[in-house]
Amino acid sequence: MAEDRLKVEKERILDRNTLILLGVLLVAVVVVDFFANDHVRTIANLCGIYVTLGLSMQLINGFTGLFSLGHAGFMAIGAYTVAILTISPANKEMNYFLEPIVPFLADVEWSFLPALIMGGILAAIFGFLIGAPVLRLTDDYLAIATLGFAEIIRVVFTNTQSLTNGALGLKAIPKFSTILWSWIVAFLSIVFMVYLIRGSYGKAFIAIKEDEIAARSMGINLFKHKVMSFTFSSFMAGIAGGLMATHLGTIDPNMFRIALTFNIILIMVLGGIGNINGTVISAIIVTAFMEILRFLDSSIDLGFIKLPGIPGMRMVIFSIILMLVVIVRKDRLLKEN
Amino acid sequence: MLKIENMTMRFGGVVAANKFNAHIKKGQIVGLIGPNGAGKTTIFNVVTGVYKPTEGKVIFNPGDKEHDITGMAPDEIAKLGVCRTFQNIRLFKDMTVLDNVFIGNHLRIKSNVFSSIIRVPSYRKEEREMLEKSLYLLDRVGLLEEKDEKAHSLPYGKQRRLEIARALATEPKLLLLDEPAAGMNPQESKELMDFILNIKDEFDLTVFLIEHHMDVVMGICEDILVLDHGELIAQGDPETIQKDQRVIEAYLGVD
Repeated sequence: MAEDRLKVEKERILDRNTLILLGVLLVAVVVVDFFANDHVRTIANLCGIYVTLGLSMQLINGFTGLFSLGHAGFMAIGAYTVAILTISPANKEMNYFLEPIVPFLADVEWSFLPALIMGGILAAIFGFLIGAPVLRLTDDYLAIATLGFAEIIRVVFTNTQSLTNGALGLKAIPKFSTILWSWIVAFLSIVFMVYLIRGSYGKAFIAIKEDEIAARSMGINLFKHKVMSFTFSSFMAGIAGGLMATHLGTIDPNMFRIALTFNIILIMVLGGIGNINGTVISAIIVTAFMEILRFLDSSIDLGFIKLPGIPGMRMVIFSIILMLVVIVRKDRLLKEN
Repeated sequence: MLKIENMTMRFGGVVAANKFNAHIKKGQIVGLIGPNGAGKTTIFNVVTGVYKPTEGKVIFNPGDKEHDITGMAPDEIAKLGVCRTFQNIRLFKDMTVLDNVFIGNHLRIKSNVFSSIIRVPSYRKEEREMLEKSLYLLDRVGLLEEKDEKAHSLPYGKQRRLEIARALATEPKLLLLDEPAAGMNPQESKELMDFILNIKDEFDLTVFLIEHHMDVVMGICEDILVLDHGELIAQGDPETIQKDQRVIEAYLGVD
């Protein structure tokens, strides 16, 4: 029957693998939250944050094919927004001892969720504003411009003493972020990504990555869709930055260096370009290894020989992994022309 | 339907098209022929907005009113109802055959991105219609069986047909085909001719095509434009063109 052949099959948006992954993660998170010690809980919390970051990177780089390196900047915006909005007025006075905070923020004390959403929104607004000029660039030029943006944010935050407390950073940020919060956000990010990508707009993003000229000729407004993807990605990065701030309790501009962005790229590439489930798994593995490999930074006693501790040794290992990954999988990192 | 007036396209010192004029009427199948490098694809690129012409105008008139599409963005031109295929096939290679056609529908979407994420009923209805239309078009070009395969895994001839299906999904009024019969054997070109005639009637199209296979051009085009070194050297029905001295010279050379 012709009619039957042309019938639209009912497609499940969340496929089996994603559902299994979500289920396993849910159990793992609950188990860790109830039974694990503080150290493991800290790592689990970070894992959740990096899942969101990895997916946000995946959206802009992996799905839309825009090689953006601005993540640290958007995270900084989210982190500082949440920090400034949630630190109590008394603690603010203590923090800003060189120069008092600008008056209109001095007495602000929001609760966590509105502050977190505000962090995301501000990052998204910056993403939107930066996107307008920058997304007209392609490939390497876009990477350089977004990298420049992230550095500008860092330098600005270092110098706006009465707003961000400059290089001193912010301390006594209320530690709202729990495993629950970061994983709720992570789960929402996973579902958001799957629903976005399976929809018409998400497919348009992928079409842009695959072939800009063809996408444009099929009536897809490249600029509009790129800005859309960039704004969503910035929003997610801002939220993750906010979670990071309340997880660590202290932030300073130097946290948000390019190295942070590279960690996220490592997660994305290891997870597989355009692979949501893979990104979630690689975010967890990379974050866990970052912590597990900490022993490399301290001195190691092998019994017969004692190796002196070299701070930053684990970053060397990580850089080597990144290089290997790029060499092995470079074909999928940058889009073909 | 389409008027190109005194269009000149220069790339630095190279004149790819020189004072080119053309008038395509609604419902026609018009062929654009000429030796390699004559500037045929350049004309397509100007019409679809890939290039902005150095001089001259492109007017698109789908019947209701005239649109000056000179230098307009390609996506806006596509929205007005001009769509094309590419000489060197440009499919979304890693997407499925069905998704390729589905994307062709995207320009007419009414739902916004948020309703597509939350999948509100109005979006689901719209998506369903887009999918139904895509499946219909795939069936029409004989690719329904392959709908879940990746576009790059299709053989060459099927990729060409998929490109046409994708273009049809944008609901064009004017369809530009850039060498649709390239690489096809006589039997396949014969089928292609029937296919073009069929879709022209079914979708109420005007077709503008570039082709090297003379049997295809002479077989279906009512009007033929001959281009050489960026200049229009002849125009007319197949018989006139075949007898035209300048066309013969352009193709075979002169002593």
